[in-house]
Amino acid sequence: MPFIRLDPPTPEAGPELFFEGRPLRFRPGETVAGALMAAGVTAFRETPVSGAARGPWCLMGACFDCLVSIDGQDNQRACMVAARAGMKVRRQIGARRDAAGAGK
Amino acid sequence: MSVAGELVVIGGGLIGAALAWGAARAGADVTLLDEGDIAFRASRGNFGLVWLQGKGLGHPDYMHWSIRAGRRWPELARILGEESGIDIGWRGGGGLHFCCSAEEMEQRRALIARTRAEAADISIELLDREALRERAPGIGPQVLGASLSDLDGEVSPLFALRAFHEGLVRHGGRLRTNFSAREIRRDPHRGFAIRDASGAEVTGRRIVIAAGLGADALARQIGLEPRLMPERGQIVVTDRVAPFLHHPASAIRQSREGTVLLGSTHEDAGFSTATEVEAIARLCRIGTRLFPALRSARLVRAWAALRIMTPDGLPIYDESPEMPGAFLVTCHSGVTLASLHALDLGPALARGDLGPAPRSMRSARLAVHPT
Ligand SMILES: Cc1cc2nc3c(=O)[nH]c(=O)nc-3n(C[C@H](O)[C@H](O)[C@H](O)COP(=O)(O)OP(=O)(O)OC[C@H]3O[C@@H](n4cnc5c(N)ncnc54)[C@H](O)[C@@H]3O)c2cc1C
Repeated sequence: MPFIRLDPPTPEAGPELFFEGRPLRFRPGETVAGALMAAGVTAFRETPVSGAARGPWCLMGACFDCLVSIDGQDNQRACMVAARAGMKVRRQIGARRDAAGAGK
Repeated sequence: MSVAGELVVIGGGLIGAALAWGAARAGADVTLLDEGDIAFRASRGNFGLVWLQGKGLGHPDYMHWSIRAGRRWPELARILGEESGIDIGWRGGGGLHFCCSAEEMEQRRALIARTRAEAADISIELLDREALRERAPGIGPQVLGASLSDLDGEVSPLFALRAFHEGLVRHGGRLRTNFSAREIRRDPHRGFAIRDASGAEVTGRRIVIAAGLGADALARQIGLEPRLMPERGQIVVTDRVAPFLHHPASAIRQSREGTVLLGSTHEDAGFSTATEVEAIARLCRIGTRLFPALRSARLVRAWAALRIMTPDGLPIYDESPEMPGAFLVTCHSGVTLASLHALDLGPALARGDLGPAPRSMRSARLAVHPT
């Protein structure tokens, strides 16, 4: 079920972030999770163990199900990060790689 | 309510569960009693290493016993996996012990020489930085080398415990939780009767006390005095990281699922299971010194659990002299020794004896001699 912005509806102009390379408009003050959900994104990540798709659940930083990669930093909780113009957001596919260093 | 059985094991941690599983698998009728979350439970909070490098130096019986346990682990992992369908996260093949100073390298060299001199059935080599980088490319600039053995391993202690519990039931045994044993007495017809605080009673022809830090009060009732002491260990765990550590290692361990464990501390903190910020920070510093990329990992949890220490640090395998048929088992490396407990000692207890457990590990060695 898609999320719908109540007031005002989808912004006509304003800042954009990039999700999987595509520009995505958001309202200042929104979290990354909020912006993605309003744009109809439901699958934020694929789990490291089974590869199942996951999306936001608690929206308050506790469940770690909305993990995305932001500007090269993996495993960021989309619900806890404010959207900023130009930020590059990608789905978190499997376990984080940035912390694995040269061993990955 | 009274339940009669052949063998009753008190304590459903890794020791009791391994013994109960092994006895039930050998055909005995087994009941496993466990107190529950109110107890101190090392098996739910440990680091999960099957660690053999340096184990038991100076104590030949303990050394050979431990190494034998290491050699039996692949077999145990296979059996548990096959019968339970649970991936217990076993990884063998030998573990790394990292060194960050010339002094530490020297200590490992000495340990290797001593291991040879004492004829331990384990081979340990010292890797210099270059050799180590081939196995662990992400090491930080301060890491000078590591010792590597052919025998250490690792396992998820929680999945292993669950596999034992489920396996016990599959082999016809009973697992009874929320049973807090208080009183043990001899029963003229049925061997022993064990009573809990609410008055519930379980009887068995033979009993094994494997109640961790709860064992002292029970052992006294069968005339044994293990004088167990707690030793606190703190552990931190990160979020899931893509696989970068391809060996078990002391102080740092990457689980099958990708989480990285750092630990464990050794502290005298009485029966406190609190965590402390300084200890957590120290563990994180050790981890990021070994693998600097871990700086971007997220610390998701820290916890503390209590090791179960005998006065001399060696295991106890004992039968009560005054009440034959009543046994006591405890040790401080219950993950490492689980293979022997499950495959050798459990079946022996099903027959009614301590099987291959070294006689030098009876508790009489700890007796306080009257002056
Ligand atoms: C921080 C830490 C790290 C460790 N790391 C390692 C490691 O890497 N490798 C290794 O080999 N070992 C390790 N250990 C040690 C290992 O965890 C223990 O040796 C092992 O768990 C002991 O198992 P146990 O069954 O004796 O004790 P416990 O797990 O404490 O189990 C005792 C059980 O008895 C029950 N009980 C207690 N009293 C009663 C009663 N009156 N009636 C009924 N039931 C009762 C409790 O509910 C409990 O489940 C570590 C320990 C700690 C604390």
